[in-house]
Amino acid sequence: MDLRRTMLFIPGNNPAMLQNGGVFGADSVILDLEDAVAPNEKDAARQLIGNALRTCDYGMSEKVVRINPLDTYGVQDIKAIVPCGPAALLVPKVECPEDIKSAAECIAAVESAGSQVKIVALLETPKGIAEAYQIATADTRLVALALGAEDYTAALGAKRTKEGREIYAARMAVINAAAAAGIQSIDTPFTDANDEEGLLKDTAFAKEVGFKGKLSINPRQIDAIHSVFNPTDSDIAWAQKVLAAIRKAKAEGSGVASLNGKMVDLPVVNRAKTMLHLAYRLGMVEEVAEA
Amino acid sequence: MAKIEKTGQAGTLESSDIMITVVPDKSGIQIELESIVMPQYGDAIRATIEKIMKEQQIEGIRIKAIDKGALDCTIRARVLTALDRAGAEIREVLA
Amino acid sequence: MKNQLGREIPEAIAKNRLLYAGAFGTEPTMRRYAPQVKRILPGQSKLVDNIEDVFKKIPVKSGMTLSFHHHLRNGDGVLNMVLDTAARLGIKDLKIAASSIFPVHAPLIEHIKNGVVTELDTNYMSGVVAQAISHGILAKPVTMRTHGGRARAIECGQLKIDVAFVAAPAADDYGNINGTQGLAACGSLGYAIPDAEYAEHVVAITDHLEEYPLTPVSIEQTRVDYVVKVDSIGDPKGIVSGTTKITKDPVGLRIAENAAKTIEAAGLIRDGFSFQTGAGGASLAAAYFVRQMMEKKGVTGSFALGGITGYMVEMLESGLFKKLLDVQGFDLEAGRSIAKNPNHMEISANFYASAFNSGSAVNRLDAVILGATEIDTDFNVNVVTGSDGVIMGGSGGHSDAAAGAKVTIIVSNLLRGRLPIIVDHVLTATTPGETVDVVVTERGIAVNPLRPELKEQLLQAGLPVREIHELKELAEKMAGVPKQIETGDRVVAVVEYRDGTVIDTVRQVKD
Repeated sequence: MDLRRTMLFIPGNNPAMLQNGGVFGADSVILDLEDAVAPNEKDAARQLIGNALRTCDYGMSEKVVRINPLDTYGVQDIKAIVPCGPAALLVPKVECPEDIKSAAECIAAVESAGSQVKIVALLETPKGIAEAYQIATADTRLVALALGAEDYTAALGAKRTKEGREIYAARMAVINAAAAAGIQSIDTPFTDANDEEGLLKDTAFAKEVGFKGKLSINPRQIDAIHSVFNPTDSDIAWAQKVLAAIRKAKAEGSGVASLNGKMVDLPVVNRAKTMLHLAYRLGMVEEVAEA
Repeated sequence: MAKIEKTGQAGTLESSDIMITVVPDKSGIQIELESIVMPQYGDAIRATIEKIMKEQQIEGIRIKAIDKGALDCTIRARVLTALDRAGAEIREVLA
Repeated sequence: MKNQLGREIPEAIAKNRLLYAGAFGTEPTMRRYAPQVKRILPGQSKLVDNIEDVFKKIPVKSGMTLSFHHHLRNGDGVLNMVLDTAARLGIKDLKIAASSIFPVHAPLIEHIKNGVVTELDTNYMSGVVAQAISHGILAKPVTMRTHGGRARAIECGQLKIDVAFVAAPAADDYGNINGTQGLAACGSLGYAIPDAEYAEHVVAITDHLEEYPLTPVSIEQTRVDYVVKVDSIGDPKGIVSGTTKITKDPVGLRIAENAAKTIEAAGLIRDGFSFQTGAGGASLAAAYFVRQMMEKKGVTGSFALGGITGYMVEMLESGLFKKLLDVQGFDLEAGRSIAKNPNHMEISANFYASAFNSGSAVNRLDAVILGATEIDTDFNVNVVTGSDGVIMGGSGGHSDAAAGAKVTIIVSNLLRGRLPIIVDHVLTATTPGETVDVVVTERGIAVNPLRPELKEQLLQAGLPVREIHELKELAEKMAGVPKQIETGDRVVAVVEYRDGTVIDTVRQVKD
């Protein structure tokens, strides 16, 4: 599974930021054609992002482009950007499965043979949240649902707070829909770039309730978010014990493994495996032994 | 060979950007370049702009470029946007 | 002739001087210089009405060397005031030994054209004077030194000063001086101390006369011959350095963070840690990350050194460092602190950085973070000339701190604008590669091959270590290979290493 602990927005009409987007170590960079670009500069930003996709080195970061909604400039965006080889498009303001299906059709029409541009759906309206599962299962290109809480709370008429009680239900809806569809869920950004403590708290909560990553609006947030999503040493030790218990049970020909007197069932095994694969990807363990 | 019909402009004077203004001219390709890296990259920037004009088969144009240290991919993007805004038909050419 | 770094030094320059022979390759052979001993009788006054009268009393003559300190930076009014007087009195052929030259010193250009000034000796210059020098306005090459090198040259009698004109933010009528009182308070007067100690004549120029005896005293009455009261010695707005804010640029912050992690990986974040960093945005940001690490580990450092900013004062006051050793204050907070905090100590340029004494403070540094305009693949650093070949700075304390510190870190963007910062050969070698340990960029960290154990430590810590050649190629892949700039043949400045040997020369730029 692809790592998307952090997805970092980079303003699309800013050459200095575009050329440096890869240096911050984010799992994904989101080159932004939507909110960061004025309507009369969309054409310029498309050219800039297109050329950046072809020539700039984004290192290990996945190259994602946030297009405009399909009913504004999104179709033009897809035509210009997809041939330049992004890994994925972030489609904003998704409200129904048809939004994803139309985006997928537009992509297929201009995509070169052999490539498969992925889609991440940004849910940022009450309707989008309500339709989360239908959206999550709309197309095979879809790899993640992301929550955009600023527009969402504005539409609710709720005050956006750092504690985030007002978005609890939306968060859970996104996480559950994504999990049910077997794709990732990505949390809304923490918008106060100067409050590192608040960011850590918000991210820890996101991880606790099941998000796989977090959108970010400032490069300074990347390391902090990763520090939360990365497995801890005790996480790794636990996961290794689980897999060892499974191996032991298999060797003994027993169908049931147990750890500390408790039965180890399949979801636990899967969680342990996922954690060890993540630890391996991050260079925290030398190898992942098969269960 | 094609010509542009009107003036087109793209880019900014921010660091790492380049501001391109294209103006219809009688014939040929005239480039006026200002750059903060003129001694090191002046020739390279001109070559990039000329190459794009050739690719896009445009003549009869005056190009004013004020460069603040833009990379080649940025120069390319800004020139193409300026041409597009000046009414040129942009052809898809692999960079 | 080529020096040990392989820099070609023209015969005419080389014949009277020693060439660079390694960072510690040249030993002192001289005795300390001693100016003429003088006396002053009871009842005799040192107060003189104006600068012109001082010129007549000394007397200042054509061909002399006049010295100035740069603590008032771009707000300095004294150098211009003194040279205007010299011009008015028809004095010619002066050598100006100013510890730094700033844009505010633009009138120097007229004085050079008129033959009032025919020689310059400085550690740093920026602005129009530096540009005019690069275009060949002065027949004799400028001598460019390090801060420690200037103190050494004065002490060793290689830079003989006839008259030191000391801009004095506060003075009494008997010549006691400090930098912490008055309208033009600048904090430490560290760079003026060697001048006052070794000049044949010392003149205090002040706009703030205090009752005798002034306390505290930075420069004592025993070395000061005359005191002149003027309306203003400078513009306080120009005294504060323009670069004392932590950068907001995310790339700069990334570099700063990696610089701090380098120090941590080297095992230096421990009790007794000693540290120097510049006042530039990225260097200050590195101090911010170092501070976080110190706080997290509960470490108490020993001292911070060099040019001192309000940020370092905060670290002193919150107990992260026990002492500040301050040769120059960069902002008002530094000035306020040095005036009241006994653990914030004023030190002379000699104490700070001289290579030829019985030990300067740079030798006790664990880590220093420095900038660069260019670095070559041998880790030599240029901080004298810009990308157009024009002089835009100077070593200042760069080479001194690099030579002294256990770990010397250069921080720089891999590309500045479009320009790759890592090159095959720097245009002007200022700080030799053997004294530079690590180069930190946003796309990787290169460790000097002379420090394999340090490289191992950084790799252990999971830092993005790459070869310096790789970083250079990476930059060129992004930006293209830059065309070499062409310079003229004439030498406009001789760059001295801290031990007084010639490390490089600066050639005239082509118009």
